Amino acid sequence: MFTNEANKSEQESGSQRRAFSRRSFIKWSAAASSSLALVGCGSAGFKQASSNVNVDEADEKVISTGGTNNCGGCCVIKAHVKDGVVVRLSTDDQPDEPNNPQIRACVRGRSYRKTWFHPDRLKYPMKRVGKRGEGKFERITWDEATTIIAKEMKRIREKYGAEARYANYAWGISAQIAGLTLAKRLLASDGGYLGFYQNYSNACTNNATPYTYGTNDTGNNYEDWVNAKLIVLWGFNPAEVVFGGQTMYWLRRAKDAGAKIIVVDPRYTDTAVALADQWIPLLPTTDNALMDAMTYVMITENLLDKAYLDTYCLGFDEEHMPAGVPANQSLKSYILGQSDGVPKTPEWAEKICRVPSETIRQFARDYAMTKPAALIQGWGPQRNAMGEQVARGGTVLASITGNVGISGGWASGIGYSPAHDVASLGAGENPIKAQIPVFMWTDAVTRGTEMTKENDGLRGVDKLNTNIKMILNIAGNCLVNQHADINKTVKILEDEKSVEFIVVSDVFMTPSAKFADILLPGNTVFERDNINVQWAFGDYAVFNNKLVDPPFECRDEYDWMTEVADKLGIKEKFTEGRTREQWLHWIVAETQKANPGFPSYDEFKKMGIYKFKIDKPIIRFEKQIKDPANNPFPTPSGKIEIFSKRLWDMNNAKEIPAIPKHVVAHEGPQDQLKEKYPLQCIGWHFKARCHSIHDNNPWLKEAAPQEMWMNPKDAEARSIKKGDRVKVFNDRGATMIPVKVTTRIVPGVVAIPQGAWYTPDEKGVDQHGCINVLTTQRPTPLAKANAQHTNLVEIQKA
Amino acid sequence: MTQQVGIFIEQHRCMGCKACQAACKDKHDLEVGQLWRRVTEIEGGSYFEDGAAIRPNVFTYWTSIGCNHCANPACVKNCPTGAMFKRSEDGIVLHDDSKCIGCRMCVWSCPYGAPQYDPEKGKVGKCDYCLDFVQKGKDPACVSACPVRALHAGKLEELQAKYGTKAQTKGMPDANITHPSIVIKSHKDAI
Repeated sequence: MFTNEANKSEQESGSQRRAFSRRSFIKWSAAASSSLALVGCGSAGFKQASSNVNVDEADEKVISTGGTNNCGGCCVIKAHVKDGVVVRLSTDDQPDEPNNPQIRACVRGRSYRKTWFHPDRLKYPMKRVGKRGEGKFERITWDEATTIIAKEMKRIREKYGAEARYANYAWGISAQIAGLTLAKRLLASDGGYLGFYQNYSNACTNNATPYTYGTNDTGNNYEDWVNAKLIVLWGFNPAEVVFGGQTMYWLRRAKDAGAKIIVVDPRYTDTAVALADQWIPLLPTTDNALMDAMTYVMITENLLDKAYLDTYCLGFDEEHMPAGVPANQSLKSYILGQSDGVPKTPEWAEKICRVPSETIRQFARDYAMTKPAALIQGWGPQRNAMGEQVARGGTVLASITGNVGISGGWASGIGYSPAHDVASLGAGENPIKAQIPVFMWTDAVTRGTEMTKENDGLRGVDKLNTNIKMILNIAGNCLVNQHADINKTVKILEDEKSVEFIVVSDVFMTPSAKFADILLPGNTVFERDNINVQWAFGDYAVFNNKLVDPPFECRDEYDWMTEVADKLGIKEKFTEGRTREQWLHWIVAETQKANPGFPSYDEFKKMGIYKFKIDKPIIRFEKQIKDPANNPFPTPSGKIEIFSKRLWDMNNAKEIPAIPKHVVAHEGPQDQLKEKYPLQCIGWHFKARCHSIHDNNPWLKEAAPQEMWMNPKDAEARSIKKGDRVKVFNDRGATMIPVKVTTRIVPGVVAIPQGAWYTPDEKGVDQHGCINVLTTQRPTPLAKANAQHTNLVEIQKA
Repeated sequence: MTQQVGIFIEQHRCMGCKACQAACKDKHDLEVGQLWRRVTEIEGGSYFEDGAAIRPNVFTYWTSIGCNHCANPACVKNCPTGAMFKRSEDGIVLHDDSKCIGCRMCVWSCPYGAPQYDPEKGKVGKCDYCLDFVQKGKDPACVSACPVRALHAGKLEELQAKYGTKAQTKGMPDANITHPSIVIKSHKDAI
């Protein structure tokens, strides 16, 4: 898609001009065209099948690797390798037991060959020759590339200070040796870099959850879900995201065990179709109106346990408030309208979130009276303009209904689940203490020296001495594609006087790669050893075995960064005397120290997966609930803080209230801008991609094409029919995309699968359904986070 | 035919992820357009808007189908060259590429869309129940791929004894046409 003439011509003449492993070239190209070769084998295979099926498979090696995208899944993938070619993939083949299920790969994992052996792989190091972003490059040697990088790192450090250098958020390699961490390590070894905190996934809930519980560790082990009588999946769609080891498997087990499942989401998601007894659609950004009205029902119908609230919670009613706060600021006062004259009745909420009042009443009763109940939030709802509120709102609902600290319950919030520690190669200590919220890196480019703690969430220093002048972007697409407001981002990056030097390492010419000054061809999970763990739920580690040699001049980051470090005279500091393989041995050894049952390096490599033994699922906050006198919550008051004095003291009650509440979102359904842009546009994590990875995979495109979901009512109003190509636009940009007219989305809302590669035409109109031309760089009030699901748009038939 | 093999499809568990479809394509190295196992989505219904309130009355479900290795396979009956045949030992319907003339009679005959014409080869291909796997005691690729264990392989008689004899669900062709060797437990909206 992002054809690059320089790269293409280099590729054709490459075999004559460059010394590289002929063997690796042959092997790789055989794999890349294996589809053709093997169609022939397929018919031969049939003949063998009817006579002797085993003939062809004797020399096939089965090597264990795994999913290494940032989906949280960390599946087991078994590669079948024959004559150096990966001929097919299978998944976990250990016995599949109900309480110890196989860690099966999803549709993406099963389609890996079509991504990693794609003919469009970057092949040689290159330097930019045209204007930045134009996509014109010229082939250089690795020696030239690492020399330029070392020189620029030094020049920028000397001219602007180490703080001018930045390693951009990037999790294309989501593993224990990760490109992003290595980039930080390289910079840290050479005087430091501007740091960041939080992430693009869950910044609001990451920031807000501890205001309630004092910690982000709020999830139980997912094996405990079978003990829930009711499960509420609030904006949670693991069927597509994956989100943990075998999350859908365990939700399904809970349903089989009799749990009723309610899904709250503007879309009738794949998860809802598979699991939901009831789907409650609502408008994006209005979750807290629904939550407020549920609380109203619980209070007015006496469904709450007063003794429980008095024992564990701070700020539910006026009798349990922190000192120094005026009257009528408790949750109860707000809900009953004593603070603002507006009782938060179901009828009030219905007008905002569009959930019928009787549905709200029934939902509130179900959740308050079915014990135990698990309200599990996904991270989509909190990527909204007021995303902190929905995150805190979930924790408060779970708390007031007594579902914290019990088996079958769930404390809500971010939901990090218990897991054993697996070591990773770290970034080392950064001599620079300054940190920005990760989402505000473009601000740090344009006005870094003006950023403050109060307004911009700057940490570690009162002020920055310089704007960002250099970016290392390793295996990531947040430089352009996954950051908000692409048109604005692109303008910022095009200015070569602003960021003076950009290094990108990737495996394809992604929209971010096009903005590199030095563009390096990385290798893939199939081409190196690594170790990986799931995030969120599940407790195991997977060994990613190397299957084939890297093609052409593709090279591992650790390898070339070591060369850069050598040229800077910091090789010893960067490597600590270890090769990449020695670091993997170190990771296993460190992991063994903390977990004596962990296998040896060789055993682990051979097994491919190690599952930690869990005798009994861990229940978060169990001690705090069973014996509160001796086990305070890690909050300032020691209680569950429904009312947070820390938030109160921020003195911005309108956008950062001390209790979670419905806050009218800009570009939400109550915004005046709706007259100009009447539709709410959200994104979602799509089964065909992990963020922006696999966008060029033909099998995944076939399984799930890039389409926008639109309700028939909204489509008819614009004379749009199924399959029509439309223009989606607002003041920030426009994208072209085919429409799936579907009742699976609520009227007034459209949804675009996030992660499609930005493909502008000559007028700058994206042609490929990339949602981030529509999203805003305006951060959320507290976390300074990305609100990429809060967009008002209009749509026209193309 | 007591040894007839079949598939038990727990449609009510299916999350439409298409891992089965991808596992099939990977196993058989299928180009885009060739879907020996297919997951199709059926959706419908409407909303009732009453003032601000929106009451949904919508449905969606998926059906994951490969070849059903039917008791009366229309593809076999209508194949003029004998390329399509049903094995006596286990009832698997197979296709012999060397005898296929690419006439596509099977494609038009099958109510389920199982045989698929490959324009590159000029021949038809179809699901072979992963015979090579099955002969080694393994499940077909689609079955061992399903993250929510919605697909199960086994002897049809045993599957029927355990799970009943329902062989069609809403939106699927009448099972009486070819008598597919499948058992289905329907999604709540496909009953």
